[in-house]
Amino acid sequence: MSRDDDVGSLIDRLELPFNRLGIDPYGISKAHLRTAFGALGFLYRRYFRVKAFGLEHVPARGRGMLVGNHSGGVALDGAMVLASMLFELTPPRLAQGMAEKFLAALPISSLWTSRCGQVVGTPENCIRLLEDERLLMVFPEGARGTAKLYTERYSLVGFGTGFMRLALKTKAPIIPFGFLGGGAAIPTITNLYKLGKLVGAPYVPVTPWLLPLPLPVDLEVHYGAPMHFEGTGDEEDSVILGYVEQVKQRIAVMIDTSRRERSARKHGGRP
Amino acid sequence: MKVLLLGIAGGTARQVALALHAKGHQVTGIDRRPWPDAPRGVTVHAMDLRKRAAQDVFRTGRFDCVVHMATVSALTMSGDERSRLNVGGTRAVFEYALAAGVKQFVFVGRHTYYGAAAESPLYHTEDEPPMALGTFPELADLVAADLYAANELWRHPGMATAVLRLCYTLGASRTGTLAGFLSGKRVPMVLGYDPLFQFLDEGDAGTAIALAAERQLRGIFNVAGPAPLPLSTIVRQTGRTPVPLPEPLVRALIGRFGFPRLPVGALEHIKYPVIVDASAFKKATGFEPTVDEVEALRRYRALG
Repeated sequence: MSRDDDVGSLIDRLELPFNRLGIDPYGISKAHLRTAFGALGFLYRRYFRVKAFGLEHVPARGRGMLVGNHSGGVALDGAMVLASMLFELTPPRLAQGMAEKFLAALPISSLWTSRCGQVVGTPENCIRLLEDERLLMVFPEGARGTAKLYTERYSLVGFGTGFMRLALKTKAPIIPFGFLGGGAAIPTITNLYKLGKLVGAPYVPVTPWLLPLPLPVDLEVHYGAPMHFEGTGDEEDSVILGYVEQVKQRIAVMIDTSRRERSARKHGGRP
Repeated sequence: MKVLLLGIAGGTARQVALALHAKGHQVTGIDRRPWPDAPRGVTVHAMDLRKRAAQDVFRTGRFDCVVHMATVSALTMSGDERSRLNVGGTRAVFEYALAAGVKQFVFVGRHTYYGAAAESPLYHTEDEPPMALGTFPELADLVAADLYAANELWRHPGMATAVLRLCYTLGASRTGTLAGFLSGKRVPMVLGYDPLFQFLDEGDAGTAIALAAERQLRGIFNVAGPAPLPLSTIVRQTGRTPVPLPEPLVRALIGRFGFPRLPVGALEHIKYPVIVDASAFKKATGFEPTVDEVEALRRYRALG
């Protein structure tokens, strides 16, 4: 690992308003980021050997919304997108995920999501962060997206529309991304919803080896050109649904194209 | 300006009195508690606000402004008593002030009005309703007092009313919810949770409230200063030791072994944050805190 790749120095280069104790106004803590990205760095570089494409599409500064597909039974995809933003961008950026409410309610997860800038995805939080020129990460499929089974791993379930209204309201560019491989890393064969309810989560994914522990498969994330939509965010549902469909289609095409390219690379042929 | 300050012996209220006095305003206060070392020129009436004698102070004092800081947040007090003080007391002082022709009324409420919940927005703005009464009904009297004061805004346009939702304060008086929480060397926390807490140096809080009175502020405003910090950081920076305990154990310990007797809903306030956006207050008054969050904690630590 070169000096530049050192997690501590990357975190020091984040352009966030940390105070003298290394804490920013949203409670993001440098110390917690160092620990979290230390672990994520191992997963990103060694365990999954993640390849990130199209990083030039992510704005170096200013507001933006990374919008992509869920891939894998737990939020492995989100963690690797965060890692790609820190390890691959110059200057590094902290993507802030719009987390599910249960993550803020559960012990341990509540603490770590908050200290690492992953806030509950309320419209108020989203608008405030974008107006503060932050980079958000949104999975419009929500928990239904992570619940996809192995056989459905390249499909997209219905997209929520909230992210589009907020992007319009804040005039934030949407950077679509396609995530590949999470479904193979954690091949979900079924989801236990009743057990999930007991532990305070939407469901618990079950793999052939029962626990949702990921296999060391190669993962890929492809970022696409920013999409700009004009409007106020107060448009009729039909208009918003049309815009959302454009984003969904773009992501579907990116997944499809990337799968063919990956297959071609593996087999040494042309896509 | 002639100012009547209700609850003048409280830690933050004393700072308000000092700030107004330093600017040449004539300050009179009412409190059941004494303030023996009040500066010369500040008159303190030791009496119960709900008694007839207090009404006479309103009637004869010809005050331009009333600052109401006589609500209580002590959760150890019975609900009936708190309600009488907070809701009944607030209603009474508004009536006295209106009858006496007061031009400006500053109601000092609390930022905990918004409630602590996992799913609430991180920064609360003034237009939000209280959200956590379901999990913490014991806050109802303070919320009701706040809403009553807000009602007066439109019911009596002849009197400029400012409803302030003040974040926690920390200072030499060692009074207030956060100071109470930091009273021991070991501070219990709920394992796996470390909410952000927002606090203001007591002196700065006094300046902010004095500014609201001087600027004849009208409307509802959150009042805060520096950025919030995680509770564990506050505990450590003030020289205490956080003791994270599993939630079921914390629940079992409430009211036993020296732990305060608190309603279970109070636990939400050490699990989830209540943070306010105070930009509207800053814009209206130009308030800037002089003590940042790190310095405020350093000073508090120096108190021992």
